[in-house]
Amino acid sequence: MPFSISKDEVLETVRMLQTENLDIRTITMGINIMDCRAQNGEETGRRIFHKIVQYASQLVKVGDDIEKEYGIPIINKRISVTPVSIIADGFTVDEMVAIGRYLDRAAVEVGVNFIGGFSALVHKGFSRGDRALIEAIPETLATTARVCSSVNVATTKAGINMDAVYQMGEIIKRTAELTADRDGIGCAKLVVFCNAVEDNPFMAGAFHGVGEPECTLNIGISGPGVVLSAVRNHPDDDLGQLANIIKNTAFKITRTGEMVGRIASKRLNVPFGIVDLSLAPTPAIGDSVADILESMGLARVGAHGSTAALAMLNDAIKKGGAMASSYVGGLSGAFIPVSEDQGMINAVVAGALTIDKLEAMTCVCSVGLDMIAIPGDTPAEIISAIIADEAAIGMINRKTTAVRLIPAPGKKVGDWVEFGGLLGHAPVMKVNENSPAQFIRRKGRIPAPIHSLNN
Amino acid sequence: MTTVEEGKRIIITVLGHDRVGIIAGISAILADTQINILDINQTILQGFFTMVMVADITDSTIDIAQLREVLSRKGQEMELQITVQHEDIFRFMHRI
Repeated sequence: MPFSISKDEVLETVRMLQTENLDIRTITMGINIMDCRAQNGEETGRRIFHKIVQYASQLVKVGDDIEKEYGIPIINKRISVTPVSIIADGFTVDEMVAIGRYLDRAAVEVGVNFIGGFSALVHKGFSRGDRALIEAIPETLATTARVCSSVNVATTKAGINMDAVYQMGEIIKRTAELTADRDGIGCAKLVVFCNAVEDNPFMAGAFHGVGEPECTLNIGISGPGVVLSAVRNHPDDDLGQLANIIKNTAFKITRTGEMVGRIASKRLNVPFGIVDLSLAPTPAIGDSVADILESMGLARVGAHGSTAALAMLNDAIKKGGAMASSYVGGLSGAFIPVSEDQGMINAVVAGALTIDKLEAMTCVCSVGLDMIAIPGDTPAEIISAIIADEAAIGMINRKTTAVRLIPAPGKKVGDWVEFGGLLGHAPVMKVNENSPAQFIRRKGRIPAPIHSLNN
Repeated sequence: MTTVEEGKRIIITVLGHDRVGIIAGISAILADTQINILDINQTILQGFFTMVMVADITDSTIDIAQLREVLSRKGQEMELQITVQHEDIFRFMHRI
């Protein structure tokens, strides 16, 4: 077959890779660990460790090989496992912590930077395992470096478990306190979900759902820089035309993910799961979702119009991406984490972006209030209430929402938290201090919404 | 044109200011490593040199990562930006 790609197309691809930060954000291997159950936590942990090492020993090498051969940076290789609360049901809190340590050791052994699945799904209520796991979260996140935890507290079909929402406020506070010497970094590894998905490749919310196969590969693409450059090159187009340009760009970005997924799947002999179409920013300059929104014509992200701009961006990414991949899934939308996006940080510092506007934006983007530092003395009830608001948005709008807040110990509004690396740094943001305590302490369950009479 | 097994072709791009010996310098490296040039497309616009080269690495004595390193060193020496990519990425990105 002759080479039929035009010179312009070649140069476009090269530019995306060389100057616009096009990369594969993550190859995440999902591993079923249901068969690792043993008599006690220690033995179960050991079995999990051996299974992960057996399945994932080549993951990092294959990722690195593909990166070298194809010249596409693959930033992260990660692992997700079946929610630990399911396979460790009936174990004590200490046994849960022990399993967490084995997960951490397994991640170190195979060389991945994060492992997700220290998770519980409690949208309708708690099993004994769920309770023990949730209690074990603060110590686990404080004593491990690579373990990520998530708790699903609501779904559109089940409603919101307000007992869990209440408890997660306290768990987040305790996790922050146990990692106070590192600005509460434990909380950066903990996500509270509504409508969590089973095949999400992105941390900290990745876990290997019970409907998933024995082992699978999910790909997280990236490319805010590429979209940014495309938008900047068309300053005068109307929004319909701009949406088309973003779709075209998303298509190309996603094809790269599809290719890497297929190659990795073949080399590891593991079925290819999905490509997640999310635009994931990094702290690198130019790799920012906020910059895209601003290049669409907003003086600062957070200005009125931000929600509309994000809605258009998010939808165009999905439309373009869906055409490019045989299987799409995961979260698939634009991420708007504050600490991991320099443009978001700048907007917060300039006073343009508040937590209220971020909440509004989560109604149209895929994730939620992500990587937001709040004052360390924020009461647990306020954190719970923020979770409840986000869960309500997800429940009513039939979408995934999440909360990853860091109540940074000892920090006040305007101070900074530093996590380093991909987790970045962030200014501490103001929350509404009026107390929702009485509402939150009612607990119970918010019933599932009606599915007709939509308005 | 001889048919080349798919997946064995690479695309080399060269960008920079035009000067004597760009193609000669790169071709010499490819010849030394048994890489066969299949196609060259070169333009010079206002002194700015752009080249896209398709090459066959079936009999190459070095792998693509090593070639990338050798050419990037050559690029630094000649003040050019040289990239080496597997052809699959272009096919995937621009064709279904």
